[in-house]
Amino acid sequence: MTTTLPSTTPPPTTSHAPSHPHPPAPSPEANPQDPWSTVTASVAEDLAVSPAVDSAVDPAEAEQARHAQRDLLRLATAGSVDDGKSTLIGRLLYDTKSVLADQLSAVERATAARGGGAGDLAPDLALLTDGLRAEREQGITIDVAYRYFSTATRAYVLADTPGHVQYTRNMVTGASTAELAIVLVDARKGVLEQTRRHATVTALLGVPHVVLAVNKMDLVDFDQTRFAAIAQEFADHASGLGIDDVQAVPVSALDGDNVVERSARTPWYDGPTLLEHLEQVPVQRDVHAEAFRFPVQYVIRPRTSEHPDYRGYAGRVAAGTVRVGDELAVLPSGRRSTVVGIDTFDGPLELAHAPQSVTLRLADDVDVSRGDVLAPADQAVTTGLDLTGTVCWLAERPSVLGARLLVRIGTRTVRALLREVDAILDVDTLGVHTLASVDTAHVLDAVDTSPTVPRTLGLNAIGRVQVRLAEPVVLDDYARHRRTGGFLLVDPVDGATLAAGMVGPTLLDALVPTSTDDEAGDWLAGAGI
Amino acid sequence: MSTTDTTRTARLTQLDTLESEGVHVMREVAGEFERPVLLFSGGKDSIVMLHLARKAFWPAPVPFPVMHVDTGHNFPEVIAYRDATVAELGLRLVVASVQDAIDDGRVTESPGGSRNPLQTVPLLDAITAHRFDAVFGGGRRDEEKARAKERVFSLRDEFGQWDPRRQRPELWDLYNGRHRRGEHVRVFPLSNWTELDVWRYIEREGIELPSIYYAHTREVFARDGMWLAPGEWGGPSATESLEARQVRYRTVGDMSCTGAVDSPATSVAEVIAEVAASRLTERGATRADDRASEAAMEDRKREGYF
Repeated sequence: MTTTLPSTTPPPTTSHAPSHPHPPAPSPEANPQDPWSTVTASVAEDLAVSPAVDSAVDPAEAEQARHAQRDLLRLATAGSVDDGKSTLIGRLLYDTKSVLADQLSAVERATAARGGGAGDLAPDLALLTDGLRAEREQGITIDVAYRYFSTATRAYVLADTPGHVQYTRNMVTGASTAELAIVLVDARKGVLEQTRRHATVTALLGVPHVVLAVNKMDLVDFDQTRFAAIAQEFADHASGLGIDDVQAVPVSALDGDNVVERSARTPWYDGPTLLEHLEQVPVQRDVHAEAFRFPVQYVIRPRTSEHPDYRGYAGRVAAGTVRVGDELAVLPSGRRSTVVGIDTFDGPLELAHAPQSVTLRLADDVDVSRGDVLAPADQAVTTGLDLTGTVCWLAERPSVLGARLLVRIGTRTVRALLREVDAILDVDTLGVHTLASVDTAHVLDAVDTSPTVPRTLGLNAIGRVQVRLAEPVVLDDYARHRRTGGFLLVDPVDGATLAAGMVGPTLLDALVPTSTDDEAGDWLAGAGI
Repeated sequence: MSTTDTTRTARLTQLDTLESEGVHVMREVAGEFERPVLLFSGGKDSIVMLHLARKAFWPAPVPFPVMHVDTGHNFPEVIAYRDATVAELGLRLVVASVQDAIDDGRVTESPGGSRNPLQTVPLLDAITAHRFDAVFGGGRRDEEKARAKERVFSLRDEFGQWDPRRQRPELWDLYNGRHRRGEHVRVFPLSNWTELDVWRYIEREGIELPSIYYAHTREVFARDGMWLAPGEWGGPSATESLEARQVRYRTVGDMSCTGAVDSPATSVAEVIAEVAASRLTERGATRADDRASEAAMEDRKREGYF
């Protein structure tokens, strides 16, 4: 796999009204094998029919029509400390005119205060994003924040995640909902361990698109060779992780080169600016290619005079599509029925798709309640009591084998027992330590809690766990079902979220084991990273 | 939602996506909590939130009450809107009164006259008295930089406090609402909406708002670069003078600290055009109490404010 550098890009726009009248970006050719690219085609189709660029139309109406077609892209950022991540985000917000005058004047005041009163400093755009007292005091980002900006064709929700090693959990959080990740590197430093860690988390969380922003190009004289070498090294690494959509962009966040505006200082670069790329990435999977999943959230029973017998199952379509007349299975019980109605406040639908919130009515009076999953009756769905998954440990207190937990998966919460931690990812070397002494004959009351090697996950550690559940649940492989294959481990006493998990065999299995338990001992003892 | 389009392209527009997410959050709360309540001020965000609640549970009625934290300094148009809405939808209204709290000696009127910060005590008292375990708020992350760090589900301790360092990570759309007795969860279904999204949604859905959101002639006086309405809470002073201006409100809050903006916008479309062109944030333009310090909102949130 190589980094893609499309040669046809729209001309740079040099001024932005609040409504950002970009021409629609050209879409790459649709590849029928790739569910993402087919959606690109239909997005392009929509853009083509919108009256966005017709000058005969009233500008206000045109803006409104454009907005009616606008979609939403969720993205996350990852960068090491001092790679300029906050500056890049500040630049994106600033150059898309998403920073308003009062916010900017606050930043100017804060910049001047930090510069000892010098009034001629350029505003420190990083101060736009570090919102908490402690963050401004320490000059670092300590928690995920969400930012909003938009253009004529798309609105963006950006998860601004801290880059420190000790905040891996925040990166996991940001990446869980992201369709695109921006991984930042410093052009002077190139691909670091931290960069590889970011790519690994991105791959684990199944983020479909990755942008490598090679920042601080101004400090390497916009050297094409340097950029190409970094892009190639990252592409090779990403490829090994199964990430196959990487776009590398040479930028200077400080000066704004190739962030929103095209840079005159990179004449050798014919790819898109960062924003141009964000504008053309396909937003949603081809829902028709995925199997239908509907975790039931709530049973609607009005019992009013108008609707005395109404019984509907409310939820959000997690994957695929459902049509009136479809035969569905209620999982985990396996009972079957047929969809007789898809209801919304705005009227009935014939077909619903992810991620619409709807209410389904079934032909039979089967037992369906919150926590059940509706899925196609004619397709096999895995359900069971034994969950294998990769988790990122989110809590300060480490994992304890044999601990009684709650597993939250879909809309269901079940009691569970942490039976085993059998592999741990060394986030420094990205090797996997497997534990050879796994006793697969465990029974519920005989968990070995005194292993020779501490089989423990500390804060920010990533490892594979075996969990025994008290009730069967749907076990969708995360790699194929991102919305139903994710789960949480929750402390039943105080309700704390202990870990985020992904069902099924994962990247950890693909990575080569670097050691077994004996030699891993010292490392594992300090696994609290 | 635009059924034809989405069926053809299998793609949701931004507003459809936000609506679907908001409805999802509402249903999660109804499914997980015993005693939710929706904070309803008669402001545009809480009106949109109530609209989402109606969509989430249709054809059943909204399955929780609404609560108004009444500062005693209300715009009469907003109170009229509140009461009409509650009657029309058959909702139960709980009123938490700042005036009562002052009369009981639980809070003390501040010298500046603003009652906005005083809302926290009656709010927490009402949550305790009614044993509410989930409280919907219309807060949006675009409003303020401390709010940008807020989760959709925000666990509050028995003092209602928000601790930004101890927030639960929020992954996928798995919202963890577990809490202990005495704790409650603040829920923000509009987290990912911006001011413009709210207005565009109001336009698309044809939602009616209190008249103060649209330009009208009003007696106001200038203070701190804002137009404030006169009242017994402290204005105008001897050096400030009243004048009649054509104004509208971008937010609805306590009259003592919510500023009006000069505006000719009398329709939703005109308001959208005006907001889209504005160079000031909603709060920057109209909220005096956020200007107190760089971390004013963070500090109030820590105390239990929304």
